[in-house]
Amino acid sequence: MRLGASPADDAFRAELASWLAAQLDGRFARLRQPDFNRNEFALLRAWERALGEAGYGCIAWPAALGGRDASLTQRVIFAEEWARAGLTPRPNHIGIELLGATLLAHGSDDQKARFLPPLAAGTEFWAQGFSEPNAGSDLSNIQTRARLDGDAWVLDGQKVWTSWAHNADWMFVLARTTPGSRGAKGLSFLLVPMRQPGVIIRPIRQMTGDEEFNEIFLDGARTDAANIVGAPGDGWAVAMATLTFERGVSTLGLQTRYRRELDQLIAAAKANGRARDPLLRHRLARAEIGLSVMRANCLRMLANIDRGTPGREGAVNKLYYGSWHQRFGELVMDVLGRAAEIAPGPDYAYQGLPKIFLQSRADTIYAGTNEIQRNIIAERWLGLPREPRG
Amino acid sequence: MDFAFTDEQQMLQDAARGFFARHAPPGAARARLTDAAGYDPATWRALVEMGWLGLDLPEAAGGLGLGLVEMAIILEQAGESLCPLPFLASAGLAARAVLATAEADRARQLLAPILSGEIIATLAGCGREGVALQLDATLRRDGGGFRLDGAAGFVPFGHVADMLFIAARDADDPSALCLLHLAPDAPGLTIDRPVQMDLLRPEAQLRFDAVAVPPAAVLGAGPGVAAALRRVIDRATILTTAEQVGGAQRCLDLSLDHARQRIAFGRPIGSFQAIKHRLADMAMQVETARSAAYYAACLAQEGDDRALAYAATMAKVHGSDAFSQCAGDTIQIHGGIGFTWEHDAHLLFKQAHSASRLFGSSDAACQRMADLMELA
Ligand SMILES: Cc1cc2nc3c(=O)[nH]c(=O)nc-3n(C[C@H](O)[C@H](O)[C@H](O)COP(=O)(O)OP(=O)(O)OC[C@H]3O[C@@H](n4cnc5c(N)ncnc54)[C@H](O)[C@@H]3O)c2cc1C
Repeated sequence: MRLGASPADDAFRAELASWLAAQLDGRFARLRQPDFNRNEFALLRAWERALGEAGYGCIAWPAALGGRDASLTQRVIFAEEWARAGLTPRPNHIGIELLGATLLAHGSDDQKARFLPPLAAGTEFWAQGFSEPNAGSDLSNIQTRARLDGDAWVLDGQKVWTSWAHNADWMFVLARTTPGSRGAKGLSFLLVPMRQPGVIIRPIRQMTGDEEFNEIFLDGARTDAANIVGAPGDGWAVAMATLTFERGVSTLGLQTRYRRELDQLIAAAKANGRARDPLLRHRLARAEIGLSVMRANCLRMLANIDRGTPGREGAVNKLYYGSWHQRFGELVMDVLGRAAEIAPGPDYAYQGLPKIFLQSRADTIYAGTNEIQRNIIAERWLGLPREPRG
Repeated sequence: MDFAFTDEQQMLQDAARGFFARHAPPGAARARLTDAAGYDPATWRALVEMGWLGLDLPEAAGGLGLGLVEMAIILEQAGESLCPLPFLASAGLAARAVLATAEADRARQLLAPILSGEIIATLAGCGREGVALQLDATLRRDGGGFRLDGAAGFVPFGHVADMLFIAARDADDPSALCLLHLAPDAPGLTIDRPVQMDLLRPEAQLRFDAVAVPPAAVLGAGPGVAAALRRVIDRATILTTAEQVGGAQRCLDLSLDHARQRIAFGRPIGSFQAIKHRLADMAMQVETARSAAYYAACLAQEGDDRALAYAATMAKVHGSDAFSQCAGDTIQIHGGIGFTWEHDAHLLFKQAHSASRLFGSSDAACQRMADLMELA
């Protein structure tokens, strides 16, 4: 058990940091400006491509698929340097961390060859089409239908809360392929191109004022018959794997971003004098401790996943970080005071720390609410009786 | 970086688990509630034979040259099995204090009987309030030697120690500390073991009335001693977190058993969300505390003084939260039986409290963290 990095890791860090600095001082300076908006897609696409060209697209993947077989330590370093550079979350997070990881584990060789290299090259963006108006926590209540028509799947139904769908080229969709089936049986995991007449995307405004998620109407949308991950009717197991990546490994970048956020809040508290307030001092210290614990747990989770022995530490990860970040959002408002309520410009658009107060309300909802996380921990990991179902 | 046990560490954990399963099976703690020693000498001898006392001491000092992670592995298992032993007192505190303050030859001499288990040693590092290095004992020059007056509080296994290492203020230099050692029968030394709320963490209260201290018994004096002892306490704090993890795990396991078996309204109570979600939260506390304890052990082992202070503080606060929450919830999940003397829930609850207060409170640790963060 050891935390320190090797000289090779330090070299990787130095090389990455200088590459990031060069990009962010040059062509991609806009990414770090405070009013940068994650809906500036042209820029984000160019940024993903630049990462891909430099070999930083998907460092954890095998070289044959566009990766560089990076060690766990190097993945941690990547996340740390990304956050240290002041970048917002990875633009194609859903594609790389959710779909990419799912295909690596469950995709056919053809699917890996077709879909992974464009992720590493930063040329194809993805959305996650799981939730529906009547299938959120109760995800297996999916009503979207798909049927084979010759050499294509044809989809009809509605998805909702689909993040970044308006910038996606593809969407992975959980749809019912066995007519008359109910619950988790009879669902399939399909890969569907977004730019076609049968896919209608309507942005939904969020409580932050931003439009990041969408509702999607599938009206005879088509995809090639080969674009199914796992066997027809076995999509639930694949989707559960996706969710495990979403709640686990993909969150590596989170705690490094939170580190930066907390550092910013500490600096603000020192600047406005509230760091001397005994109660706020105490809460800031607790936030620091909580974040350090999060890092410890995340590293342990990753190490155990790497060894093929994932444990309870991974199962509790989402519940821990979501709750921490929400409390952090509240602390932000108490440290910054009422000034944080005033928008920086003429629009209802918040940035930086104050925005976290609003945005973090989602952290206990997406990827499975806190209540659902507790059910999962209790039922799958602690062996307690399952929920009664209606 | 590889934040997982090595094969050797895994083997050590298996050995420790087996050791405590054999020597401290469920129920064994009961006998400790009434016996005067507060620990089982046969178990202690067996532990000594395992060779674990010098795990983290350098080989030059007679140890095995391993680290805090290995020590934490032992303490986690001890905590889980509710098995009080003078391990932390002798190996975690006293031996380390000697190493940190005495010059090399003297240290080897003093350490030999401690590491061989021939004697039990302890460190009196707290004053009456039980806060580390807030001392109420003063050493002053007296003729050719020294004289010790005052008191020390909450000295782990002080009532059975064959050698007591005592941190004291230096009368000549109010800013400096010194470390000295006394035999338990030193004239003027009173060792009292009052009834404690937690019967599984025996601690003695010491009084010093003009205790004569020969110069040879003063190991270290001067400006470096306080910092050296602080490091010793910080390491012991991280080990206490490992013990807390074990205790919290025991809470979770007891509660899970009960929640699966106890039927109410025709269903196991573990099927009610109010109970199962509480258990999920307990699991979150246990696992994050385990991550924190070993992370702290690594940080402390690999880093500088600040890293050690940071690690100890973070581990203490989270470990205390985790064990206290789990112990309280364990009583709640058990209902009436959880409130009885008969059931182990109260033993864990009391352990959780005493562990959270060892060397100082969690609130004070938060203050220290705020200082480390340079929050003006
Ligand atoms: C910002 C954001 C982005 C998102 N992005 C995506 C995306 O890209 N793709 C996608 O598919 N989905 C996405 N989602 C959807 C998200 O996964 C769902 O909102 C979530 O699973 C909850 O479902 P719901 O909204 O239908 O709420 P409901 O399931 O209706 O839940 C309402 C409340 O009831 C509680 N509840 C429900 N069932 C139980 C139970 N058994 N026990 C106890 N309490 C229960 C919930 O915890 C919650 O508090 C996103 C959501 C947000 C907020």
